[in-house]
Amino acid sequence: MTNSWLVIRTQKSLLSMRIDRRVPWVLLVLIIMTLMVMVISIGYGEYPIPPLDVIKTILGLPTNNPDYNFVIHTLRLPRVITAFLVGTALAIAGAIMQGLTRNPLAAPEIIGVEAGAGLVAVAMIVLFPSVPIFLLPIAAFTGAFVAAVLVYLLAWENGSSPIRLILVGIGVGAIASALTSVMITFGEISDVSQALVWLAGSVYGRTWEHIQALLPWLIVFIPASLLLARELNTLNLGDEVARGLGSRVEWQRGLLLLTCVALSGASVATAGTIGFVGLMAPHLARQLVGNAHEGLVPTSALVGGLIVSFADLLGRSLFAPIELPCGVVTAAVGAPYFLYLLYRNRNA
Amino acid sequence: MTIITPINSDSINSEPALTTRKLTLAYDQAIVLNELDLAIPSGKITALVGSNGCGKSTLLRGLARLLKPVKGTVYLDSASIFKLSTKEVAKRLGMLPQSPVAPEGLTVRELVAQGRYPHQGWLQQWSEEDERFTEQALAITKMTELAERPLDSLSGGQRQRAWIAMALAQNTAILLLDEPTTFLDLAYQIEILDLLYDLNQVEERTIVMVLHDLNQACRYADFIIALRKGQIVAQGVPTDVMTEGMVREVFDVESRIVKDPVSGTPMCIPIGRRSRSSTSNN
Repeated sequence: MTNSWLVIRTQKSLLSMRIDRRVPWVLLVLIIMTLMVMVISIGYGEYPIPPLDVIKTILGLPTNNPDYNFVIHTLRLPRVITAFLVGTALAIAGAIMQGLTRNPLAAPEIIGVEAGAGLVAVAMIVLFPSVPIFLLPIAAFTGAFVAAVLVYLLAWENGSSPIRLILVGIGVGAIASALTSVMITFGEISDVSQALVWLAGSVYGRTWEHIQALLPWLIVFIPASLLLARELNTLNLGDEVARGLGSRVEWQRGLLLLTCVALSGASVATAGTIGFVGLMAPHLARQLVGNAHEGLVPTSALVGGLIVSFADLLGRSLFAPIELPCGVVTAAVGAPYFLYLLYRNRNA
Repeated sequence: MTIITPINSDSINSEPALTTRKLTLAYDQAIVLNELDLAIPSGKITALVGSNGCGKSTLLRGLARLLKPVKGTVYLDSASIFKLSTKEVAKRLGMLPQSPVAPEGLTVRELVAQGRYPHQGWLQQWSEEDERFTEQALAITKMTELAERPLDSLSGGQRQRAWIAMALAQNTAILLLDEPTTFLDLAYQIEILDLLYDLNQVEERTIVMVLHDLNQACRYADFIIALRKGQIVAQGVPTDVMTEGMVREVFDVESRIVKDPVSGTPMCIPIGRRSRSSTSNN
């Protein structure tokens, strides 16, 4: 009867849930595609490695070239994994943001997360060049959080309203970007170029340490986002209806915002501002599995991971040996996509 | 087509479903309703009527605990509604705001399934009961055939039926609706009101709705509450409440009250300048 849903119920009715019938297949295909991109990406480079050897090395099987182990495990694998994880986190943050604001054009940028992270990171690079670079992610994360909290507090008036969040977020974001520009204009040229690369968003030279710093956030907040996905369905009907249905609207919205900020903050801290992923991934996911957030959140996550993995591969191969930061690639694809969405929204 | 018979005042005597005690509601600092004492009869249809800005929608939001009172409280089966958990309230009281908006692409069935929210938890996200009530709500509102359609592809009347189906899936004894017939064609208006009437008759649900049209209120409601500037001007069965004096006081309009030729309930015919001049010409 309900043929568009896949219903899962345990025998003693301890547990029950439903997801869109398309979700498992879409997830499976996305996983396969992502793995393929990853294998190609790891094999690609100045020192090419055939795909089969990539797989063998990762699985710990012997290959006839002892160098592969070092090239893959130390140089390329962490970078590829970082790209995937960052894309995943940004996409979930975007799905949450679009759900919360009921606005299909929203993205985590809207609550000032990326502008805040960018400002603090650039300030650190330009104003305090002596500070060790490994502190950069921590500084960026702090910036992201402070900006988001500021936006939330400034937008509060007898409760938080999505539209005020958007407006205040744009304002705070503009101020932060302006200050960032000031620093870029007056900073030391070598510091500035380093800051610009970071701002463009890149997974260049990321190591296992970066992943170690990123992973705890994802381990906590990705499951949180999956648990809270249901609440997004309810909030999506508007505050009045959601409250009428017994949702603790402010509490749920606060938790979801926290999840969004933590995920996007952690990924910005790791890889700089990789734009448009948070916008595009949920959109494409919605085309694939529909509106229900139980399926939309995990699908967005995998789409986002795939986008950034692929963007990084493109960035490395398009104009080799010159390397484009993957943030430039996502922006090059994302900006026209955004315009297309605007156009379609206007004519809908 | 349902046949509507007028109800006597003595038929309203059971325990009230909702009671307010000194309920004072305000937006920011502006008080809209002041120390209102009210009892909503259980198992009946109650209509809130009054001119624009009289506080009828505010009252409905207050009854649905969507607006926190400045003073006083609302009692749901003798317990203060603000002492109960919001989910607990949502199992007993459903509220449909005026012209709600669904996200783009949401299908009817997905919307109706949302009505099960207060009955679900982290482990029970889609029980057999959830499925049964959802399908039942779709069937009652005649939306089963349209269940897979996105809401934005439907007509106004179908969309409103889908929202009502969501409120039905919630399976509450009390249903509050804010102007369920606004922006609908006459045929749809009657369709929605007939649907609500059937729900009340068959399932004995308590229905409270804000209605703009006095004659529809008289036809469909067992109990009418007329408001003016945040005060109750009259309350009771339509035959008692609908007087020319009440219409004058609430709406500032001269009128004649006649018997509705179809239902026998009171019917209000407003007297404007146009109608006077045409009678004098005859």
